[in-house]
Amino acid sequence: MKKMRYLDNVVTLRLDEATCIGCGMCPRVCPHGVLELFDGKARIVERDLCMECGACARNCQVEALSVKAGVGCASAIIHSWLTGEEPSCDCGGSSC
Amino acid sequence: MSEKKSCCPPKTAPENPAACCPPPKAADAVAEKTACCPPPSLRERPGYRLWSFVSGWMNTEVGEIPQVRTKLDWGDRVGRWQMRWGLGRMRYRIAPGLYAVGRPDPQSPVLVTANYKMSFDALRCELKGRHLWILVLETQGINVWCAAGKGTFGTDELVRRIRATGLERLVSHRRLILPQLGAVGVAAHEVRKQSGFQVIYGPVRAADLPALLNGGEKAVTLGMRRVEFPLGERLALTPVELVSMGKITLWAVLILLVLAGIGPGIFSFSAAFSRGTTAVAVYLVGVFAGAVLTPLLLPWLPWRAFSAKGALVGAGLALVILIASSGVGLFNTLALILSLAAVSSYCAMNFTGSTTFTSPSGVEKEMRRAIPLQAGALLLAGIFWLGSGF
Repeated sequence: MKKMRYLDNVVTLRLDEATCIGCGMCPRVCPHGVLELFDGKARIVERDLCMECGACARNCQVEALSVKAGVGCASAIIHSWLTGEEPSCDCGGSSC
Repeated sequence: MSEKKSCCPPKTAPENPAACCPPPKAADAVAEKTACCPPPSLRERPGYRLWSFVSGWMNTEVGEIPQVRTKLDWGDRVGRWQMRWGLGRMRYRIAPGLYAVGRPDPQSPVLVTANYKMSFDALRCELKGRHLWILVLETQGINVWCAAGKGTFGTDELVRRIRATGLERLVSHRRLILPQLGAVGVAAHEVRKQSGFQVIYGPVRAADLPALLNGGEKAVTLGMRRVEFPLGERLALTPVELVSMGKITLWAVLILLVLAGIGPGIFSFSAAFSRGTTAVAVYLVGVFAGAVLTPLLLPWLPWRAFSAKGALVGAGLALVILIASSGVGLFNTLALILSLAAVSSYCAMNFTGSTTFTSPSGVEKEMRRAIPLQAGALLLAGIFWLGSGF
C-alpha cells in the first residue's frame, strides 16, 4: 500500500545545512524518512511527509534543525483557539 | 488466569490485579521462582498493590527489583480491551523504576519505556527467554510517543530516573536502549552530558526489538524505523474515537429532541419523538461515517484533508439512505445530505489527532477552512429540517 500523505507545503521544518555536522542522528529518529544523509550532510528529501513531531530537532546537537512541533489534534487546537494556550493533549480529550 | 503454576492464592476479582506478594525483606534473598509468596505475615503489608506480571524478586546492589513475566495473562488482555474503549485509561499505569526480565547481570542491556501499562505489556511480551533490565519512566500513564510529545518521556525524567534508581551501580556498561519514538522528547546528547549514559534509539515497534538485541544497532532496518498506519491500527483506534464523542452526543441528542418538537402547533411531543429519533439516528450515522468508516477507508478516499474525506463519506451514506427510502421530500433530502456530510466531516477531522502522519500545521490549516463550512452546512440542514416540520 502506498504511503499516506497529508497536506503539502505546510510543514515548518527547517534545516541549516551549513551548521549540520552530519552526525546521522536525524535520519535515524525520523519516523517518516523525511531526512537523509548525503556526503556527510543531512538533507530534507520528503518535506511533505514531515508530521512535525520534533524528534530530529530535539536530537540535533548543533541545532541545525528547527520545527514548530506540537499536537495535531483537532480538539486540542480548538481548545487553544478558545483559551489562547498552546495545544496539548490535556484538554480533556481522551485521545493520545 | 492462564498462569499454570501460581503459588499465590486465587484472586477473587480477576480484573483487579490486586496485591498478592509484596516485596519480601532484603534478608530473604529471594529471586527464586519458588519463593514468590513469602509467609502470610509478610504479605499483610498495607498500601501494596502487586501486578500479576511480577513473578519474583531479585536482590541487587540497588535493592529488590521485581522480575516480570514475558507472557500476557487474561487480566492483561482484559485491560488492553478496556483501554481500547477508553475505560479508566488514566489509571492504567505501573510504578516507575527498575524491573528485571529473566536473571539479568551488570552486563545486561537496559531498555527504557513509559509507565502506561499497555506500553509495558507490549515490551515485556517480546522479551521471552531474555535477561535484561527495564527502566520505566514516570509518564503519568501515557504511551511513549504521546508522552514524548508532552515532554514527560523526556531528557529530564530520564536523567532523574537514572539517578533515583541507582542504575550506574546496577550495570557496568553505560548504554540505554530507547524506543525510537521517544526521541521526540529525549535529546540523546543531553542525556549523555548529564548522566554519562549513551542513548541508542531502537526500532519503533517492540516486536522488532529482537533484531536489535540479537544483531546490534545495524540490524535495525529502515522499515523498523518507519511509522505506518495500517488498517489494523486504524481499526483499533476507532472505539476510543467513538467514546470520546460521548459527551457531545448527549448534548446533540437533547437539542435534536427539543428542536424536533417545534412545528405549527408550537411544540408537539409526538413530533419531538418521531422526528427527533430520526434526527438522532441521522446524527449517529454521521458519527459512524466520520469516526469509523472514514478512518478505515482513509488511504482509498480522494483528497488529503480529513474533513473533505469525511464529508464525502457522509454525503455518500446520505445518498445510499435516500435511494433505499421511498422519498422524504426536498427539504428533508437536503437536510439529510448536508447534516451527514457536516457531522461526518467534523468527526473525520478529529481523527487527525489519532493518526501517525498529520502535522499540526496542516491540521490547523485544514480546520480554518473546514469549520466554517461544517457550521454553515449544519445551519442550513437545521433550517431545511425545521422548515419541513411546518
